[in-house]
Amino acid sequence: MTDQPPIGHLLDADVLGEAAASSKPGTAEYVLEAVDIHKRYGRNEVLRGVSFGVHRGDVKAVLGPSGSGKSTMLRCLALLEPVDAGEVRLEGRRIGVRETSGRLAALPERVLAKERSEIGMVFQRFNLFPHLTALGNVMIGLTEVRGKSKGEAREIAQTMLARVGLAQRASSYVSELSGGQQQRVAIARALVMNPKVMLFDEPTSALDPELVGEVLAVMEELAREGMTMVVVTHEIGFAKRVADRVIMIDAGAIIEDAPPDQFFGNPQQERTRKFLDAVQ
Amino acid sequence: MDFKPSVFFEALTSPAFIDGVKVTITLTVVAMAFGLALGLLIAILRSSPWAPVRTAAWAYIWIFRAIPTLVQLLFVWDGLPQLFPTFRGDWFSAFLAASIALSMNEAAYAAEVFRGGLLSIDEGQRLAARALGMSPARVFSKVIAPQLIRVTIPPLSNDFITMLKITSLASIISLQELLARTQTLVASTFRFVEYYSAAALYYLVVVSIFMIIQAQIERRFVWMSRPSAGMSAIGRVRQFAALR
Ligand SMILES: Nc1ncnc2c1ncn2[C@@H]1O[C@H](COP(=O)(O)OP(=O)(O)OP(=O)(O)O)[C@@H](O)[C@H]1O
Ligand SMILES: [Mg+2]
Repeated sequence: MTDQPPIGHLLDADVLGEAAASSKPGTAEYVLEAVDIHKRYGRNEVLRGVSFGVHRGDVKAVLGPSGSGKSTMLRCLALLEPVDAGEVRLEGRRIGVRETSGRLAALPERVLAKERSEIGMVFQRFNLFPHLTALGNVMIGLTEVRGKSKGEAREIAQTMLARVGLAQRASSYVSELSGGQQQRVAIARALVMNPKVMLFDEPTSALDPELVGEVLAVMEELAREGMTMVVVTHEIGFAKRVADRVIMIDAGAIIEDAPPDQFFGNPQQERTRKFLDAVQ
Repeated sequence: MDFKPSVFFEALTSPAFIDGVKVTITLTVVAMAFGLALGLLIAILRSSPWAPVRTAAWAYIWIFRAIPTLVQLLFVWDGLPQLFPTFRGDWFSAFLAASIALSMNEAAYAAEVFRGGLLSIDEGQRLAARALGMSPARVFSKVIAPQLIRVTIPPLSNDFITMLKITSLASIISLQELLARTQTLVASTFRFVEYYSAAALYYLVVVSIFMIIQAQIERRFVWMSRPSAGMSAIGRVRQFAALR
């Protein structure tokens, strides 16, 4: 099966319709910002004050050893888990909490859901819905969250599937797709929501080596088209080529945050150096 | 050998028998419908963040699975009127009592089936649905429920067949279902074999029709573009497993 995609124009306004046109860029310095985020599970303090910001159109690569808190950080940024302390800011606006008469409270799940739809998330194990076709997976956010009609959603989803090179697989169920195809469907599912930022949690670590390339190609095209991205990855090559900045997380804290040439060429921290030696 | 085919065929076509079958089927459907709804609720409460709620749901399952169904049936029919005078009215029919007892009993079993089904669904499914921005109700109805139905069809079909058979317990509280009708006719004719054979045949036919419906439903939950022959073979094996 050779359906290697002519990938391109993932973010064209003609795909996303008026949704893309209406989301004017904010004036805030960062699209997504973490401010001193703390998160604990029981006694285990997983995030110990994480702060960083991502400029519009930038790609932030996140590296770090297993168990350092990378996935937890992404889940907090995507509002899938409440933070214990600190702030998540989207285009300068604090999200995930509500201020009522000077006191902060967690938002009810229904309101949180609305805010989450502004942030795209791609998981290590794809997490596609097995009871839906590729097309159904890409449509479901449009019909169930954006309130679009089936017809309109189908049209948008079909175009987006074509753009990740899967026009021919629209009616395939998840179990009939390769890992690389599944991950491209997952990216399309997130993209049709026209998110302000895309978060990727090790998007290629569950793939056979020969399938990594097709997923990275889609992500590189996305980056080229100016999508703001945070990418947890062990693909050093991808980080070097695509990232504007690289972050090193260790034991729940950012220990290094630098442009790729400096990060890989001359890391400041001993632990970063050791980690890079181990993975390269 | 003393078997009169004419008596057997008379039994099969007698209006009393057919009325009994109708009661049996209606009671089965009613008890399953309420039992499944209550069972799903209890399964969800089992994973409530609130400990007393979890304990109450656990206690329900514990009690209703431990006590014999016949005891539950007699308790509702004879016990409730003693405890609460409102149940002494004519409105409290044997059918109503049997519906209450059997659906509460079924709820305990269904809750465990649903709980197992919910646990079998990958946590990533809920996570991905929430990340898209789906409300909790949509996450359940559009993502969790279809997968829950698929994995629970075989065990719940088993429950359905069991229910069809244990409705015969309600003959004890004088509900005129299939077995009670049979016994009445046997008592006046002393033709045991013909009448019991006719009743058995009715149960067999109803279960067979249900198994065909089950296979149709299962086919709709095969998530492949071209369901292969292998899958329907599995479906057949499941049907036979359900017969035991
Ligand atoms: N839901 C949870 N409940 C309890 N502990 C958790 C939970 N999720 C993560 N943890 C713990 O938090 C720590 C960080 O986990 P996390 O998955 O964020 O690490 P990671 O950097 O993504 O690792 P990996 O590279 O293996 O994916 C681990 O010690 C993990 O056991
Ligand atoms: Mg992880």
